[in-house]
Amino acid sequence: MSETLASTFTIQVDGQTVTVQAGQSIMEACDAAGIYIPRLCDCEGLVPQGSCRVCCVDINGRIQAACTQPAAPGQVIGNETPTLNAHRRTLVEMLFHEGNHLCPICEASGRCELQAMAYRLGITQASPYPYLQPVRPVDASHPDIALDNNRCILCGRCIRASRDIDQKHVFDYVGRGIHKRIGVSAARLAETDASLEDEAIARGTCPVGCILRKREGFDTPVGQRLFDRRPIDLDNAVQHHIPTQAVPAHIESDPP
Amino acid sequence: MDNTDSVAVKEACARFDFDPKRLLDILWQVQDVNRCVDANALTDIAQATGLPRVSVDGVASFYHFYSSRPKGRFAIYLCDDIVDRQHGFNDLLAVLRDELGIAPGQITADGLFSVDLTPCIGLCDQPPGLLVNQYIAGSLTPAKLRRLLQDLKKDSHPGSSFTQGGEGQNGNSLIQTRLKNNIRRRGAILGSGQLTESGLQNASELSSFEILETLRASGLRGRGGAGYPVWQKLDTAFRQITADKVVICNADEGEPGTFKDRVLLTEQPDLVFEGMTIAARATGASQGILYLRAEYRYLEAWLEERLAQRRAEGLLGSHICGTEGFNFDIRIQRGAGAYICGEESALIRSCEGGRGEPTSRPPYPAIQGYKGLPTTVNNVETFCCIARIFEIGATAFARLGTPQSTGTKLFSVSGDCRKPGVYEFPFGLTVRELLNHCQADDAAAVVVGGPSGQIIGRNEFDRRLCFEDLATAGAFVVFNSTRNILEIVRAYIQFFVDESCGYCTPCRVGNVFLLERMDKIIAGKGETTDIDYLRQLADTIIETSRCGLGHTSPRPILSTLANFPLVYAALLKAPNAGSQPGFDIQKALDEARHLAHRGSTLYDRDYSGGVS
Ligand SMILES: Cc1cc2nc3c(=O)[nH]c(=O)nc-3n(C[C@H](O)[C@H](O)[C@H](O)COP(=O)(O)O)c2cc1C
Ligand code: SF4
Ligand code: SF4
Ligand code: SF4
Repeated sequence: MSETLASTFTIQVDGQTVTVQAGQSIMEACDAAGIYIPRLCDCEGLVPQGSCRVCCVDINGRIQAACTQPAAPGQVIGNETPTLNAHRRTLVEMLFHEGNHLCPICEASGRCELQAMAYRLGITQASPYPYLQPVRPVDASHPDIALDNNRCILCGRCIRASRDIDQKHVFDYVGRGIHKRIGVSAARLAETDASLEDEAIARGTCPVGCILRKREGFDTPVGQRLFDRRPIDLDNAVQHHIPTQAVPAHIESDPP
Repeated sequence: MDNTDSVAVKEACARFDFDPKRLLDILWQVQDVNRCVDANALTDIAQATGLPRVSVDGVASFYHFYSSRPKGRFAIYLCDDIVDRQHGFNDLLAVLRDELGIAPGQITADGLFSVDLTPCIGLCDQPPGLLVNQYIAGSLTPAKLRRLLQDLKKDSHPGSSFTQGGEGQNGNSLIQTRLKNNIRRRGAILGSGQLTESGLQNASELSSFEILETLRASGLRGRGGAGYPVWQKLDTAFRQITADKVVICNADEGEPGTFKDRVLLTEQPDLVFEGMTIAARATGASQGILYLRAEYRYLEAWLEERLAQRRAEGLLGSHICGTEGFNFDIRIQRGAGAYICGEESALIRSCEGGRGEPTSRPPYPAIQGYKGLPTTVNNVETFCCIARIFEIGATAFARLGTPQSTGTKLFSVSGDCRKPGVYEFPFGLTVRELLNHCQADDAAAVVVGGPSGQIIGRNEFDRRLCFEDLATAGAFVVFNSTRNILEIVRAYIQFFVDESCGYCTPCRVGNVFLLERMDKIIAGKGETTDIDYLRQLADTIIETSRCGLGHTSPRPILSTLANFPLVYAALLKAPNAGSQPGFDIQKALDEARHLAHRGSTLYDRDYSGGVS
């Protein structure tokens, strides 16, 4: 008991010793140590929710989500293993096939975390899975913001940012199972108090091209965007959500 | 919106003190009165409770029995479990089409009737069954269904041939059914005759520590499936130093093929409540909740009456059994149609008025559960065991069963056998023994534990039903040699697709992929490579899902691949030389058509709509 209460301890991650501050999740401990665990729904500054499962790691033989699993003394963790990366590929393919993703015509291409994760995991050819081709509405009612649900991966980052940082609760999940979607707190987005200043609407909160800031789409040409230049990793995957910093611009301003 | 609709919403909110934690109850009342929870109701409820509108929408759209579009004045839900499908379901569907002119998902023009399908309603021993408003009926025939529809049209309620004549308490004026109990064998739980409450009397004189010690000595393990030692969970809650604690009885009984909790709640409700009260004594809880699946709402009046009676007798409330400081009471929380709410952390969220999505552990519910309080959740049967242990003693209880599975177990037996019903046996009997008892002469496959359990074949019939071998929460569904195994598998995967909460990617999407491939195989278009595809997909779903639903949902496929490989082999072709594996020209054309319409009718029932 006293050992778990000590303020620091160590765990092993892919053979490397990592020092943990008591109370950290495996994800937090690895981030601090400079070890990247792939992720999509997790985002620094937001409470972790463990839903995309891409951050699955092997903890003493059992697979768990690194973002929600507390680090504990003596854990032996596998991260970049062939088995885990195979699972991650399948998960990312599931997300592609669940929605309607046509990257060449998507405004998010090049700064999209889903696309970047696919590249990182080596998804280069068509997967064997069926396309579910859902019929999902586009909500372009708001003067400044559009919502293209076809590309939503249900990561819930907008929900948490709006609820916990903006204190507005513009978004939440509706429906169940494969019919689960992102809903807005009115009949349509224009009737909510969503605004461009919201953290939920800030570029980078939505990891894909679902929440779109109108008239800003192609400010950086496709081909010169962040993930066009470098793979997704620890330095550029983590967003900093601080209430006062409305629009984290660091993504596009990253040096090449 | 109609003004009266709006009034109904206000009344519903007021009745539950505008408490957002009672959102399920508020939504139920709105659904009952307005026959739907529409967009205006969402806005009104949000305003009255202070919840964001989208969160009310999120809860309303999560549960099967709330609908955004109006249901009929008589909302018929026909059970489409595989057992019902094999025992008269189609005939009932034909009658409904014939008499009402509507198919599932539709409502008659006069708004009188709506018809929908619903998963297992707990009547597999007396199929086919249905729900209509707060009524339930089993053993239906086309003639009986016609009669029921006439009764409803004429008198606005089912006639006495549906509401009277039930076996045992089923015919009680507070229950009003014609259901059977079908109790085929009684043991320590069902068989001890008149209740004496001596278990509670005995326990009220013991300290928490002594109660926990007795439970430990009894070897009692949870009856809801996982088999966790009961004393350990209660002990964890007992050790928490908090102002209050909570004891919850899990009566969600959603696993297709189980119905023994229904029979216990009908015939032995006091035993259940007695067990809960003893558990409360052990942990120090003053709050109790019985989470009752919506399908069993016909039992509510009966259960409420029993609770009132217990309060009057000093068995609930303050100073229970005259013991100073022993205070405990129980409320009933009605579910709203979601199998996942049987998972204990999802159940707790549901009790708090939320979407029934499981939560991450830690924290464990026994440390931080309902409203943040230490909460222990146990199965209905588990509570009955607790009560009996304090009546007959831990030693007598532990003498029954096997070393790791003490006591008796209730099995819900259904399907192709002559004596379906509830069988209570000490743990450890073989599948074959149970098959003999229920007179299943031509059993070819048995589903042990329901879709999340195992589908076994004849070469496994000597396995024993206990935690050491074939663990089960009690479902035991028999299929004879004329049944199509793959259709059974398909029905179960469809069940998981419908019941996945959708929280995590592998279960939400992966099960749809499994279903698609089963359809392909059943259609005779499967290739040998599809087996690897299924296994790999199953592996990712099992390994990376967040809760027990995803950890078990591929089992119907995996257990039949292991136990009935020839059934698959007979349908699979080697991939065509020269053509790409998995390429199906007809399907490709269909896909192009779908794409042109931006719609996939196969998987997207209502993607464009709101609440289903
Ligand atoms: C998807 C799912 C559904 C479940 N459904 C039920 C149920 O209907 N009834 C039940 O008692 N336990 C159910 N469980 C198990 C509960 O999570 C929990 O383990 C159980 O209620 C604990 O009680 P016990 O220890 O007395 O068995 C379910 C679990 C999962 C993962
Ligand atoms: S959201 Fe990302 S993955 Fe989807 S189409 Fe756009 S760039 Fe491609
Ligand atoms: S809209 Fe974007 S941020 Fe919100 S859940 Fe969908 S993908 Fe995630
Ligand atoms: S495994 Fe399925 S039911 Fe469980 S949390 Fe994930 S999506 Fe929900």
